[in-house]
Amino acid sequence: MFATTDLRDPCCAKSGALMSEPLLQAMNLQCERDDRILFRDLCFSILPGTLTRVEGPNGSGKTTLLRILAGLNDAWSGDLHWLGEPRAHRREEFLHNMLYVGHRPGIKPLLTPLENLRALMAGRKTVSDAVLMQALAGTGLYGFEDVPCRRLSAGQQRRVALARLLIADEPLWILDEVFTAIDMDGVEALESLLVQRAQEGGAIVVTTHHDLRLPSMQRISLGGGDGF
Amino acid sequence: MASDARVRLRLAHEAIGVLPAMKAVFLRDLKTAFRQRQDLLNPLLFFVMVVSLFPLGVSPEVSFLQQAGSGILWVAALLSVLLSLDHLFRHDFDDGTLEQLVLQPQPLFLLVLAKTLAHWVLTGLPLVLLAPLLGVMVHLDGNSIAVLCLTLLIGTPVLSLIGAIGAALTLGLRSAGVLLSLLIIPLYIPVLIFGTGTVAAATDGAPVGGYMALLGAFLVLALTLAPFASAAALRISLSNS
Repeated sequence: MFATTDLRDPCCAKSGALMSEPLLQAMNLQCERDDRILFRDLCFSILPGTLTRVEGPNGSGKTTLLRILAGLNDAWSGDLHWLGEPRAHRREEFLHNMLYVGHRPGIKPLLTPLENLRALMAGRKTVSDAVLMQALAGTGLYGFEDVPCRRLSAGQQRRVALARLLIADEPLWILDEVFTAIDMDGVEALESLLVQRAQEGGAIVVTTHHDLRLPSMQRISLGGGDGF
Repeated sequence: MASDARVRLRLAHEAIGVLPAMKAVFLRDLKTAFRQRQDLLNPLLFFVMVVSLFPLGVSPEVSFLQQAGSGILWVAALLSVLLSLDHLFRHDFDDGTLEQLVLQPQPLFLLVLAKTLAHWVLTGLPLVLLAPLLGVMVHLDGNSIAVLCLTLLIGTPVLSLIGAIGAALTLGLRSAGVLLSLLIIPLYIPVLIFGTGTVAAATDGAPVGGYMALLGAFLVLALTLAPFASAAALRISLSNS
């Protein structure tokens, strides 16, 4: 079997306003890439107030799964439901309620952190510059607001992208390798942000090779088929 | 520690409207372009060089230049737009901005339209502004220069809009350049023919209204259809990456 879903540990399912039905539901999800089946018969639900970690060795399709969930990759079969209805029918509403931070975080090297953050938020939410500055300060970028991002370190650039998490109010977050290049203090702060977010009723899907010290989470394991 | 700021679904009325979102995309593209001015200068330099090499390479005769001038300018403009197309989505693709663009709740074709307009403002428009100067250089008369600029003004947006389709389609490929040219040049040919035809008619003193109307029709067609095609092509390219 390529994939198993472990639901033994349904995390802190405190229900909020919308909060008993799954935000996102996958049924018999299958994806093929380069004539290789990455996963098949994958079934899981993303409930509000839960952390979901997608696990698996390199090349097992973690990023692909996240891109499928975010709606970036269309090469899949099966069913994906948003709030109980096929996602394709409610694409706009889904995009309005989902935040995706990918491998490539969407930071323009020529723009400053503030300009980048402003541009990333522009299509989603009206945010004043003061709030943006506060978010940047919150990720340890105080004093770097006006430095072009290409002069920042890899970790700092990721922090610019992660500053969005301090402002975002989308109920579903899909985060691909968020801990990459982040220092230890940053990882700790991010972990506690994710936990707090889940406790408030947000749903979070992450992939990471980092050993998360999060209290409880749902795991989706993708097996690499031909591993060693 | 259950917080009182509970997470809830975002309602439709909280969404950012289409126009502010398009404006943000447009302004960001202008801003990044002005931070890297040499990229802006390249197509312009190419345009000027090609046009100024023709008299040196072929013939500086006034009669030849008057006859061939509008064609030279049009071909040079077309090629310099073609040269700049690869950058249209490439940087955004590499740094992940494009993924975020596709995931914005606004209709993608309108956001792509905003990007394409920014591309035109940065490449096509400067060509139009430079054209009178080069027109004088190739001995076109005043009326022909005015008509030439008008055809470029209508024609270069069409080049950007059609080019965006090709740029989006070839995004995931490593050697996109050649394929992009092969895909796009056949679609550019009608614009070129009618663009130069209009100027030729003006030089002969014939009425140009009909030609202009056809060029305008090209523009309307490209404005209404090309963004859909570009948006669909972007989704495909991102899906395969």
